[in-house]
Amino acid sequence: MGLSSYISLKDVVFSRSGRRIFNGVSVEIPRGKITAIMGPSGTGKTTLLRLIGGQLRQDSGSVMVDGHSISDLRRKELYKFREKMGMLFQSGALFTDLSVYENVAFPMRVHTKLPEDMIHDIVLMKLEAVGLRGARKLMPSELSGGMNRRVALARSIALDPELIMYDEPFAGQDPIGMGVLVKLIRDLNSSMGLTSVLVSHDVKESLSICHYACILADGKVIGAGTPAELQDHPSEQVQQFLNGHPDGPVPFHYPSSAASEDFGLSGGVS
Amino acid sequence: MIDRIASFGRSGADLIISLGRAGRFLAGVLSGVPRPATGFPLLMKQLYSVGVLSLAIIVVSGLFIGMVLGLQGYTILSDFGSEAAIGQMIALTLVRELGPVVTALLFAGRAGSALTAEIGLMKATEQLSSMEMMGVDPLRRVIAPRLWAGFIAMPVLAIIFSMVGIWGGMLVGVEWLGVFEGSYWGNMQASVDFWDDVVNGVIKSVVFGFVCAWIAVYQGYDCVPTSAGISSATTKTVVYSSLAVLGLDFVLTAVMFGNF
Repeated sequence: MGLSSYISLKDVVFSRSGRRIFNGVSVEIPRGKITAIMGPSGTGKTTLLRLIGGQLRQDSGSVMVDGHSISDLRRKELYKFREKMGMLFQSGALFTDLSVYENVAFPMRVHTKLPEDMIHDIVLMKLEAVGLRGARKLMPSELSGGMNRRVALARSIALDPELIMYDEPFAGQDPIGMGVLVKLIRDLNSSMGLTSVLVSHDVKESLSICHYACILADGKVIGAGTPAELQDHPSEQVQQFLNGHPDGPVPFHYPSSAASEDFGLSGGVS
Repeated sequence: MIDRIASFGRSGADLIISLGRAGRFLAGVLSGVPRPATGFPLLMKQLYSVGVLSLAIIVVSGLFIGMVLGLQGYTILSDFGSEAAIGQMIALTLVRELGPVVTALLFAGRAGSALTAEIGLMKATEQLSSMEMMGVDPLRRVIAPRLWAGFIAMPVLAIIFSMVGIWGGMLVGVEWLGVFEGSYWGNMQASVDFWDDVVNGVIKSVVFGFVCAWIAVYQGYDCVPTSAGISSATTKTVVYSSLAVLGLDFVLTAVMFGNF
């Protein structure tokens, strides 16, 4: 692993339910930067985050985070190690039986012995950072989708982690909500010095804030580099993904038998 | 024919794999000592949810079953002129059998299904995953308090069920049908043994409580995190719990009261 890499995946092979998801994926994620992992739906972007977080184990290869091999950590060590990580789930994953305030306070109550008045101040500071200090008494069911994710973001930075992983943060957001999240991800990265991993298929937003990006397809990395390098990437598949072309190396048609067979035409069709 | 044998073998293998996973899950839940400061409030909350909120159905069912036993018992016993033994019959039936068994069946339907649906929904909305990523083990934080709450609540609910049932039987037998009250309570006191009957009944309900709670939390934790998956897991909880309770009841009855 290079000195500047916080996360290093080498030749990772991973299969689930008999399907090969990764076939020798290698990715370097630099410390203190925003790295976007992009790719079409179903290519295993979220699976990659789960491998980094130790929720899944690779079949072969290595996943190193801050110099530790995640798959070699024992259960107790892994849970301890995760205190250095934050993760923003696509659904927000707030605890529905707790208020906004209690959701953000939850990691502190579990992992620290801070006095109540200090927890109170930290919770308000975190909520202020995401612009929702005034919503602290609301329940998750009373929040909009965007607010839900901002509260989840406040909760994931409650313990000042070194690494934060965003799983499809822009999915289903209106333009204003998307703009807010883009600003928050950028600001948090610069102000807290976080290493950020952003999984998304929203090309424009991701490339606008990331320092590095890599594109996954067909179980491997098909392109990696800075946003500018990717824009000039020679691979047709990379260009098809970045520019949203409906046909190309990833075909428009799902593989099928000859059309003449399906339509019952003996003479065939052109 | 070969296909049928293969299918049968596959089902057997699946069953063993499933039992192994459930056993490993149970070991994960029970391993480690919970911290009293955090564990006790979580347990209290779950005891309220699975125990106190089940009281209404337990009390009402116990009352009606006791009343039905009073009516049926009187009809049968009066043919032999021994209606005075109705108290003894109701108490032994409830304490030995119906109390633990019916309470367990009602518990599986009310609290067990709710536990499965709640945990399944937490899984589907990634709440369990987010807990894991925060360095909090959901097996200890979410599952263990629910398992212990079921284990503790069931015997208490079964005792309440039997008590209310005996009182319901008295309402019918003594107040309505005119059995002498002294015979009702006196025969009961003389024939019901604390260790052989009451304690054995409580042991049954402890076993049923553990099994029902285990099935409920495992089905929730292991479900496919979709609406269809949660629905299927909830159904499985009720079906498996009911079958397990009835099967175990036979085994426990044979051991406790078989006299062989």
